[in-house]
Amino acid sequence: MSDRLKLALPSKGRLMGLSIDLLARAGLNVKKNGDERGYRGEVLELDNIEVVFISASEIAWYLKTGKVHLGITGEDLICEHIADYKTRVDIIKPLGFGFADVIVAVPDAWLDVRTMADLIEIAEQFRTEHGRWFRVATKYMNLTRTFFTNAGFTDYRIVESLGATEGTPASGTADIIVDITTTGATLRANGLRVLDDGVILKSQANLVASHAASWTPQTRQVLNEIISRLEAEPAT
Amino acid sequence: MVAETAREFEALEAQAQILMGVFTKAGHQAVAPAIVQPADVYLDVIGESLRSRSYVFSDPEGEELCLRPDLTVPTCRLHIERGENGDSNGRYCYNGPAFRFQTAGASTAHPREFRQAGIESFGGEDLELAEAETLALTIEALRETGLQEWKLQFGDLGLFRAVLSSLEMPQRWHHRLMQHFWRPEAFRAELKRLTKTPADKSALIPQKLKEQLSSAQESDATQIVARFLDEEGIELVGARTVSEIATNLQVILNDAKAEPLSENTAALIENYIEVSAPARAAGARLKDLMRDQGVDISKALDAYHRRLQLLSEVGVNTTNTEFSAEFGRSLEYYSGFVFEISVPTLGPRSPIAGGGRYDGLLRLCGAEEDIPALGSAIHTERLLTVIKNEEA
Repeated sequence: MSDRLKLALPSKGRLMGLSIDLLARAGLNVKKNGDERGYRGEVLELDNIEVVFISASEIAWYLKTGKVHLGITGEDLICEHIADYKTRVDIIKPLGFGFADVIVAVPDAWLDVRTMADLIEIAEQFRTEHGRWFRVATKYMNLTRTFFTNAGFTDYRIVESLGATEGTPASGTADIIVDITTTGATLRANGLRVLDDGVILKSQANLVASHAASWTPQTRQVLNEIISRLEAEPAT
Repeated sequence: MVAETAREFEALEAQAQILMGVFTKAGHQAVAPAIVQPADVYLDVIGESLRSRSYVFSDPEGEELCLRPDLTVPTCRLHIERGENGDSNGRYCYNGPAFRFQTAGASTAHPREFRQAGIESFGGEDLELAEAETLALTIEALRETGLQEWKLQFGDLGLFRAVLSSLEMPQRWHHRLMQHFWRPEAFRAELKRLTKTPADKSALIPQKLKEQLSSAQESDATQIVARFLDEEGIELVGARTVSEIATNLQVILNDAKAEPLSENTAALIENYIEVSAPARAAGARLKDLMRDQGVDISKALDAYHRRLQLLSEVGVNTTNTEFSAEFGRSLEYYSGFVFEISVPTLGPRSPIAGGGRYDGLLRLCGAEEDIPALGSAIHTERLLTVIKNEEA
């Protein structure tokens, strides 16, 4: 029993559907145990595997701590939730779905701001006028901090935002946002624009292996089987 | 490493008593500021990166607090809470725990909880004298605990600013370089941009708007920008006003008209940053460097030499002291003279003491204006380790 490979899949939404579809095309049919809303499952074609369904952001934590061997989740969530992720997980394979960019966006009306450097330049003026630093709304606290630090931008405060981030500049909660976008339509609808050098990460769903999980010859064998089947099925 | 056995604890306590004895005898009042501090002041001074290096948390009412990463800010806050604003002097000393998250993992030389002993002096007229006294007192305290050998390193951010402000360039460029002063990478990038392509930014402004702004009076700029946004159907979202945007657009357009920063000027700044030499020789080298370019920073250089002179008068040997022009630039709140004291066994990355001048900090903590302020702090666990090794 203990030698079964644990595979974490997103528990809801498009990411769940696309993950199951991809595995099915590779000849790995996932079946949920119990009813459709169950959180455990199996792969009909493989013996030594157990599938667990968890929210995409929690998958990162399961991989970091080694509670699962393998997971499918967005690169954005891996980078955000696992400090030093390169030493803790292996990003085995991009899967060709779940595309989303993590971006920095400002109000489109800021005609004088196109780049991070422009933002740095007006930060102090803004503070003089408004008595506070720029507020940046995001759920990507770590990605934001790292990206801004590397750009030399320090004069801001993060406001944690767990939903409807793109609405925060209009509501006055924030001035700038860091969020994911696929087409940019939501940003435009909210009067926002991505900075010219404001793409923090081009993310997609990835197959990710945990370093911390207990790997045995048996679980490695299952891993290799999954990889070779996915290799045979070109990513869409 | 916080002392975990009774013996270690006693040794640290005994050492702290010696340090505090030297400080109080010199007229510093012993204080014990709060360990839990509002995160706000630190976030203002250090920025969001505080969160990746410190223990920041929210209390049940949602207020953001932190375990103090140093005792300087808490001592500044204490000084202000006592109602002693700009007009009164204050001389304090302390010994107590400070906390830092160590990204590479905690170790003996870089613990997450450690005890700092130190002094702070607020107010005062004679800046160089105060600097010499602070350093001399720190060294005296270290000596009293038994430290025999150390290495001293200096920096002087006042010189850096003097160099910048003596150079010929538009006022707003000065301002911008000063703003980037604390961020070496951003500073370099900005310097390069001003030298090569100050006009580039204006290319990103829509042509139609650029023409309208260029031919109009400055006072009409806000109206022009408002009309442009309206015509283009761009909604004004967020706190920045049309007038702020218009003002900055004009700054960009004015930059485009200015001559780029001369290669000579940029080279001078870069050459200055690279100066690293024994303290006395460095003064002479800086003088030569500036004279060759016809730049006058004699006031700041005089202060530099006077400080060296005062140090030798109070018995601090600076023969082997290294000066580095860039030293102190990555430490957020220092504004002038900075120093570090290290020992060969621990190396320069783990100094046993450090300090300097931070004239802007009290204002950030709530004072009504900038107040001359300086201090120094001793990493007491490191000090004890070194002394134990010297004795063994």
